[in-house]
Amino acid sequence: MTERARAVLDAVKAPDARKAAREFVAQAGRDAAFQLESCVHCGQCADACHFHLVTGDPRHTPIYKLRPMLKAYQREAAPFASVKKALGLAPPEVTAEELHEWSELLYDSCNLCGRCTLACPMGIDIASLVRRAREGMSAGGFAPTDMYTAAERAIDTGSPIGVRWPALKRQIELQEQETGLHVPVDAEGAEYMVVLSSIEIMGFPEAIGALARIFRQAGVSWTIPSAGFEATNVGVQMGSREVAAALLSRIVDAAERLKVKTVISPECGHAYSALRWEGPNLLGRRYGFEVVQITELLDRFVREGRLRLRGKDARRLTFHDPCQLVRRGGLTEAPRRLMGGVSANTVEMPGAGAANFCCGGGGGVSAIHRAEGLRFAAFEIKKQQIEATGAEAVVTACGNCRNVLEEAIEHYGMTMPVLGLTELVAQYLDNDGR
Amino acid sequence: MTAVELLQFARGPALWASLAVLLAGSLWRIVGIVLLGAKPDLSEPRSTRLFAGAMRGIFARMVPRVEFRLRKKLSFWNGYVYHVGLAVIVFGYLPHIHFVKRLIGVSWPALPEPVFFVCVGLTFVSLFIALVERLTDPVRRLLSTFDDYFSWAVVLLPLATGMIAIHQSYAPGAAPAPPLDPLPLAIHLLSVELLFVWLPFGKLAHAFLVFASRGVTGAALTRKGAPL
Repeated sequence: MTERARAVLDAVKAPDARKAAREFVAQAGRDAAFQLESCVHCGQCADACHFHLVTGDPRHTPIYKLRPMLKAYQREAAPFASVKKALGLAPPEVTAEELHEWSELLYDSCNLCGRCTLACPMGIDIASLVRRAREGMSAGGFAPTDMYTAAERAIDTGSPIGVRWPALKRQIELQEQETGLHVPVDAEGAEYMVVLSSIEIMGFPEAIGALARIFRQAGVSWTIPSAGFEATNVGVQMGSREVAAALLSRIVDAAERLKVKTVISPECGHAYSALRWEGPNLLGRRYGFEVVQITELLDRFVREGRLRLRGKDARRLTFHDPCQLVRRGGLTEAPRRLMGGVSANTVEMPGAGAANFCCGGGGGVSAIHRAEGLRFAAFEIKKQQIEATGAEAVVTACGNCRNVLEEAIEHYGMTMPVLGLTELVAQYLDNDGR
Repeated sequence: MTAVELLQFARGPALWASLAVLLAGSLWRIVGIVLLGAKPDLSEPRSTRLFAGAMRGIFARMVPRVEFRLRKKLSFWNGYVYHVGLAVIVFGYLPHIHFVKRLIGVSWPALPEPVFFVCVGLTFVSLFIALVERLTDPVRRLLSTFDDYFSWAVVLLPLATGMIAIHQSYAPGAAPAPPLDPLPLAIHLLSVELLFVWLPFGKLAHAFLVFASRGVTGAALTRKGAPL
């Protein structure tokens, strides 16, 4: 599996438009084709996309980003393709120049946030089609170089930013000292296995201590694997099922090796999509364990009375919805119930929940260096929404969102902390510190 | 060929040929897509009520979520005007009902003529607004292809030729005898037949594809428990 992933990554050395086109066509199965065929070019998706709203560039219209994939499909696989070809009416082949241009449209200016999907009157799931189009782009060698580099690093080290076990081990030890609690590693037969994102491990390691406090009060057994601990999946972001499957199989191997009942997806939006929704399809088999997202689990524990909360944060808080958890993942209510348990003054942003705006860094955009300016520009809408709430702090449930929000807040000279929901819950646990 | 012969051609071979193309083309398009195949989703569903989700997807998207209604109000309402207007014209005008009755033996009460004429006027204006917006809005101009403009013309033609054909009030019960001048009526019928022939091949096929597209997304999002 790893060798196949490496072979895909070699594509960047010799970009090939025909290879990309073949993959576009392979991705256009029945459901995708019904959607590609249904567009009436109304342009309503443009008004749903923060990249279009801030730049006014019509090329940032979500459905327009699919044009190369649509062309390849119409040329090779659509119902009348053979007739059109015979009559000389088929679209021309996609070219390398075109795909280089579309690399910016399909990656830099799309967070796969799915707001366009929600707005499309024809019900076209544009975000999932962009995810499919990225398969063609990465196979042909047209994904951003930063993503190939991150994928290669993830294949080699296990993490897109090169975080290996010794680094995590050190962070675990520090958190054990901080909390006075033991963090079980490679505990076979544990009920829950926690995987983490590199951003959490290096940027927000207190999340590990928070988990230790939470699991102690909930009275459940848990563990962190020393191999297969990385939850982020650059393969899903760049659109390479080979890379995605290779990375995902490490988590699945760890879960099966340790015989756990449940794998907990951490505060990371796309990691949840990768593990919960794409994983079994990438590997071609169902899991022998359950996958739950951490906020989903905390909400379950609180409702079952296994977690008791005491006191509430008195600050004016607002919750930023990670797109992959809420709009694309169906976890709208769980984080809100948790917020209600730990915050005395939560103010929602306009369109909160289903129609929230992305932080601008989702879908791998935060990993693309050349997209930084566009990402900060796209944050302008989120900034206005946050400011309108008058919040003193932003809470979210995704390490990547948190990182992107912090960077953007600093970029715009705002002064506002960004908090992780899991840590906030841990902070207000009854018997905390016992 | 005289005007009467042209009308006979439009009412006979041309009509049946165009209906055959409409039916065969639509089936070809749908079956061609279905044959592309779909892999089963192996992830554990949050909800298994997929048919209900598909139905919700189909009906929920008839009205946009409130968050997406804020901009471009004219486009928003204009879309409803010409869709509803065309439906009223096609199914509410007495000669059209007689036409359907001759074809398949089914009929229903017609709308009063004044209502019909108001609908024709509104739909005509609405279609021109749609065209102007397509030509002037940078997003729609960029997205538009030959299909968009040709389909627009193919929809407008029956409306325009129908308006020309109606130069006198159509008396109820006059269906058996040609009530109108044969030439404009023949041209009107031929323009409708052009629409039948074009419908399966261009964007007008959204008339049936919309149900599949909305249904597929509705089921997929319901499976995840995600908002529709």
